[in-house]
Amino acid sequence: MKPALFDYRAPRTLDEAIGFLAGDADAMVLAGGQSLMPAMNFRAASPSLLVDIQHIAALKGVTIADGEIRIKAMTRHRELELDAGVKRANPLIAETMQHVAHIPIRNRGTIVGSLCHADPSAELPLLFVLLDGTLVAQGPAGTRQVPAREFFKSFLATARRQDEIVIEARLPVLPPGAGWAYDEVTRRHGDFALVGVGCVLQFDGEGRAANVRLAACGIADRPLRLTAAEKLLNGTGLAAIDLDDAVLASVGAVTVADDMNTTASFRRRVLGGLIRRLVARAASRAENPCR
Amino acid sequence: MARAKIKPSIPERSRDPRVEIALTVNGQEVRRTVSIRMLLSDFLRHELGLTGTHVGCEHGVCGCCTVHIDGKAGRSCLTLAVQANGCRIRTIEDVAAADGSLHPVQQAFKECHALQCGFCTPGMVMNILSRFDEAEPLDLSESGIRDILSGNLCRCTGYINIIAAVRRAAELLGRQ
Repeated sequence: MKPALFDYRAPRTLDEAIGFLAGDADAMVLAGGQSLMPAMNFRAASPSLLVDIQHIAALKGVTIADGEIRIKAMTRHRELELDAGVKRANPLIAETMQHVAHIPIRNRGTIVGSLCHADPSAELPLLFVLLDGTLVAQGPAGTRQVPAREFFKSFLATARRQDEIVIEARLPVLPPGAGWAYDEVTRRHGDFALVGVGCVLQFDGEGRAANVRLAACGIADRPLRLTAAEKLLNGTGLAAIDLDDAVLASVGAVTVADDMNTTASFRRRVLGGLIRRLVARAASRAENPCR
Repeated sequence: MARAKIKPSIPERSRDPRVEIALTVNGQEVRRTVSIRMLLSDFLRHELGLTGTHVGCEHGVCGCCTVHIDGKAGRSCLTLAVQANGCRIRTIEDVAAADGSLHPVQQAFKECHALQCGFCTPGMVMNILSRFDEAEPLDLSESGIRDILSGNLCRCTGYINIIAAVRRAAELLGRQ
């Protein structure tokens, strides 16, 4: 339960940090350390070099501009969760973050760190896939933007290149009148989700659901949008029968095998239950001109 | 069958590369040279002798090693001592007054019988203190308190008395 030996650098600038990453194929970025340090203590990860980015001033803070919430790499979970401006701009973020581990972990862990760790049961990757967030990665070749739907490749694997640092993650502000909801089923509060589901939707002038977004974590090797269910729900009044169709269309999205936590068939049942519950909750929060 | 041989004396210091760190612990400036891979929990216990910070699981689950890092509760087992370079650390040793009189959170634990073996208590107290220090309003419903405590495991009490202690502490601190 102690980490294997590594080298350590704590650069003050982004260029230095990228230089260290580029110079060592087994180097890893250390931000809050709430995913990496347990992995290192277990010796599931043994990087040759840790590049601690906590002192890089350019990687701090949250800003809201042009309909986007921009979260710099060293922004800690709790900082984003309690930000009054963020709560107003996109209340789904705080609702989702209540489920991310525990407060002392959220005091230290970073949003971008959780995204780069890419646990398929984690809440934040789901949130970024659900809302079509964007990640900004910087490496020796310059800066590039990666849509969240292309960022998560597989279990603990992302589109980040070895010599890149994800310097910022962006989430859109919720459109006016949209309803939102996130919930999950876990064995204990604060655990990784067995299944988690997020939903955002709006109603059109006739009271029909529009722009329905649904995504789930814990069902595959990465968080997924439930596009088949979204299509079936758009244009409906979200009646029980419409939800039945959406649930049925989502069954195939569960591709994980039985594991030590639960069975795949239980995950399918939970996914269906959560879809029903969260579509209803999002609908109750959305502006509906016909209600 | 060959018996295991008794080893010659184990070196007092490992051959790990070492770095100098300077930080504030319980209001006191501390400067030490430590192994790069030393965890903050081990640094507090073995280098500074502050054994009130307990080590349970060493992967962030049990919460026993919770200390304040720059004023906020964090796991000292998931923090390297070098990461704490330049930080303000507060441990359970700093919570009671210099004359030994208990902090209201400790007093509440005592009054409510919120501990038995006491192993988890330092982490519990540091976590609760940190949450009380936040400007964010407190939710003192049972589920709200359970949310605060969810990152700290206790194997003795069944939590009921700890929940009562959080409510009592809020009362003593005028945080209703």
